[in-house]
Amino acid sequence: MTSSSLRVKGLTKRYGDFVALAPTSLDVAKGEFLTLLGPSGSGKTTLLSLIAGLAHPDEGQILVDDADVTHSPAYDRDIGVVFQNYALFPHMTVEDNIAFPLKMRKVADADARRRTAEALETVRLPHVAKRYPRELSGGQQQRIALARCIVYRPAIILMDEPLGALDKKLRDQMQLEIKRIHRELRTTIIYVTHDQEEAMTMSDRICLMNAGAIEQLGTPEDLYFRPQSVFVADFLGESNLLSATVRQVDAQGLDIVLADQTAPSRAVGNGASFTAGEPIKLMVRPQNLHVADAADGKLTGRLVDVMISGSMTRLYIAPEKADMPQLVAAYPTRASAAPYEIGQRVSLGWNSADAVAIRDGRGH
Amino acid sequence: MALAKAPAIESGQLRTATRSRARSQAWTWAAMGGPLVLLLVLFLVYPVGQLLLLSIHNDSGFTLAPYRQLFASSVYIDVLLITLKISLVTTLVCVVTGYPIAYLISVVGKERKATLLFWVLLSFWTSFLVRAFAWIVLLGRNGVINKLLLSLGIISSPASLLYNFGSVLVGMVNALLPLAVLTMLSVMENIDRNLPRAAATLGARPGMAFWKIYFPLSLPGVAAAGIMVFVTAIGFFIVPALLGGRRETMITQLIIDQVQQTLNWGFAGAISVLLLIVVLIVFAAYDRLLGLSTMTGAAAPRSVAPSRLAGPVQRIGDAVLTLLGMISDRIILALPSRRRDRNPDQAGLGLQAFVWTMLIIISAPTLLMIPLSFGTGGLNWPPQGFTLHWYETVLHSPVWTQAFLRSLLVGLGTGALAMLIGTPAAFLLVRSNIPGKAAWLAFILSPIVVPRMIIAVGMFYVFASMGLVGSAFGLILGHTVVAVPYVVMTMMAVLRNYDTRLDHAAQSLGARPFATLRHITFPILGAGMFSSFLFAFATSFDELTIALFATGGLNATLPKQFWDEVTLQVSPVIAAVSTCLFIFMGLLIFVAERLRRRAAAR
Ligand SMILES: Nc1ncnc2c1ncn2[C@@H]1O[C@H](COP(=O)(O)OP(=O)(O)OP(=O)(O)O)[C@@H](O)[C@H]1O
Ligand SMILES: [Mg+2]
Repeated sequence: MTSSSLRVKGLTKRYGDFVALAPTSLDVAKGEFLTLLGPSGSGKTTLLSLIAGLAHPDEGQILVDDADVTHSPAYDRDIGVVFQNYALFPHMTVEDNIAFPLKMRKVADADARRRTAEALETVRLPHVAKRYPRELSGGQQQRIALARCIVYRPAIILMDEPLGALDKKLRDQMQLEIKRIHRELRTTIIYVTHDQEEAMTMSDRICLMNAGAIEQLGTPEDLYFRPQSVFVADFLGESNLLSATVRQVDAQGLDIVLADQTAPSRAVGNGASFTAGEPIKLMVRPQNLHVADAADGKLTGRLVDVMISGSMTRLYIAPEKADMPQLVAAYPTRASAAPYEIGQRVSLGWNSADAVAIRDGRGH
Repeated sequence: MALAKAPAIESGQLRTATRSRARSQAWTWAAMGGPLVLLLVLFLVYPVGQLLLLSIHNDSGFTLAPYRQLFASSVYIDVLLITLKISLVTTLVCVVTGYPIAYLISVVGKERKATLLFWVLLSFWTSFLVRAFAWIVLLGRNGVINKLLLSLGIISSPASLLYNFGSVLVGMVNALLPLAVLTMLSVMENIDRNLPRAAATLGARPGMAFWKIYFPLSLPGVAAAGIMVFVTAIGFFIVPALLGGRRETMITQLIIDQVQQTLNWGFAGAISVLLLIVVLIVFAAYDRLLGLSTMTGAAAPRSVAPSRLAGPVQRIGDAVLTLLGMISDRIILALPSRRRDRNPDQAGLGLQAFVWTMLIIISAPTLLMIPLSFGTGGLNWPPQGFTLHWYETVLHSPVWTQAFLRSLLVGLGTGALAMLIGTPAAFLLVRSNIPGKAAWLAFILSPIVVPRMIIAVGMFYVFASMGLVGSAFGLILGHTVVAVPYVVMTMMAVLRNYDTRLDHAAQSLGARPFATLRHITFPILGAGMFSSFLFAFATSFDELTIALFATGGLNATLPKQFWDEVTLQVSPVIAAVSTCLFIFMGLLIFVAERLRRRAAAR
């Protein structure tokens, strides 16, 4: 099975004065599964089209296995793309669609037929070979698009929100399928999604983009537990962000003081270096925010709302200090009725190991 | 930071790469758009320029004599006024009666839509000559109408219905109504049908919803139809020449006389200048009011219309629409309740009756001519006996068969050349970021704007100097000039609907540009390309103005032969030829529609 590494250096794309992609550098290892995550318009599709050769960069370089492909046309790159809208050819049968890349590569007929059948087997749709794309359901079309991409074993596969249109169940199935294909073929995959959960479960690394630039690149754990910016903490999973000031930095963590409070508390760093006196944001994930009746916590507030979303119950709490944002705490739902009443005064606490310090401000 | 230097070097290399890419891009643009520009410069700009020059320049240098002649008496100004009057009334009638037809077609279900559209298209594609001839027969002393009125006892002796303003108007409306309907339809089909429904949920009664929501949205189509009909009408000569009397002479007929009878190029040029100025004034007014971009009907720019219309005008318009809405709702309320709670998507009976009446009026003359072509009683109604004599005469006459073959050859040539030149230009206008797109588009569409007669006379003059008069090749070039804007327009519409991601997909799967075109782009665009080809073919097949001057004798095309015959005498032979032409066009539409549907089913 072929597989290639990808290196992107200072890649930039502008539309007139608008910078769709600020100079971006990125290394993707052979066989890696990298997910591009980010809000709408953050430049994910732009980056993919530049890598695939479907758009020309204004600056920068693209290297596949250390060979410069910046100016080679799409058809010479050996990079497969699974398009967001599937882009199946409407005038060809499923079979012909899948065989198309083989035909372009002048693969012998018998061989092409065998490989097409194999690819259909892989996506578990051998019975639709003779149909036209419009005769398939959305999920089936999606799988055909995938089959058409894997059939010629490109060294790198780019997938742009490939599961965007599917229902939850089909999406879960397809995720497993894609992971299986990734495991079996060991292809390098760059995957775009809006779904954080999908990103967390599938990827070796996640590249979080914001406003045409990389905000943070790392393993899912890195991004979740050690966000480098408020944006990352906010985007990936729910988080409570509290203003605080650094008192002192030591080997184990930081001494901090929450805004408007005098009692010091502890926090862990996110890998960045802090200096005493620096303003920071303290991130506590909802499931780590403990709620108690007693007034022995670090903060107090009033319960505003209780929401049960399946396995988790969420409590929304307005801190008593007027200028603090609303907080959310979550714990596993139990069959017994909620022990809290709306309007009730509660106290909030957390383990210092779950409180992560993040540099304040949007810049890096 | 260690990388800080490297990007600088790379971007230097990149600039060179960008520059060389820009250069190759310029070459691509030139290769794709060049042939069309060359064609238009050589066979539109140059000939028309020549003609205009001839009006102020004779053997002895600069002169204004033709213009002095033009304004010396009121004769020519009168002709101009009559031309304007006929064109304006025709436009008004076409738009007002065409609107309900287009509306009905845009709202009915798939099956009924196909039927209605078939009749409009059949009429649209039937030769102007055939339709005008059919009216001669219909309105004649022994025609259907007179016979009908006599038998009903309304008149006691045959009335003379021909050769007056009424007959010209009937012929003109018949000729141009299908164009008006199709133009308005293209806009109406793009109006979101949920909007009037949304208005209904917001409390608007049907009348109000129509006048305040649907009607304003359809106005760009009305405007486009109006200008298309007017410009075609003002350059028309077939209908006034065949159906009008001396008092319905139109300005284009004067130009023909000057060229064919007196060979007075200077005077023909002067009349052309007059005509051109009138057309340009109309276009300038249109542009001021609505913006020229609405003409293609493509993107009806909602922002343009309100800003161009001054505030008070807009307020008055709004008040009128509100009033109309209220009146309609009152009328609907006054009707029996059964009518009120019918399904809002179902068209009213009155509307349906009106539309079918109009469709019958525009199709009937041609259909009624068919039995006459098999009769032994000449062109008198009712048809008598049965004979194939007229058809045998046509088939055995080398003049007619030659003319048919000639037209077929020229039509196919025009279709092929227009596609060859027009398709790349359409690609360029839709897909590339070539600067000055709007200007290029205006230039490419100019053969529609400049009255056909001016193009034809100018071309005749230039062809004469090149020895192209009477040659099929010259005629193909000439017809391509007038057909190519339609090809570019339809191909642009087709390309806009085409999902370019399919091309991207093909390229990412390893298809080179040529393979992408061959396996993906062209097969998917096939139906659209075929219909543009047909459009070009039909334009040429029915073209008379250019052929009028550029052909003659044994190299006459079918319309030219038809014209020569019909201006000599009205005979059953012509009814036979008309029937053949009608059936030929009917088959063509049928086949085209079949192909289109098969492609759409994919
Ligand atoms: N052809 C274009 N011309 C001008 N601007 C463009 C063009 N294509 C993209 N953009 C802009 O570039 C930015 C990035 O677009 P891109 O498609 O990469 O976003 P994205 O991250 O894929 O968003 P989404 O998640 O919504 O798909 C957007 O602001 C978009 O408006
Ligand atoms: Mg995108």
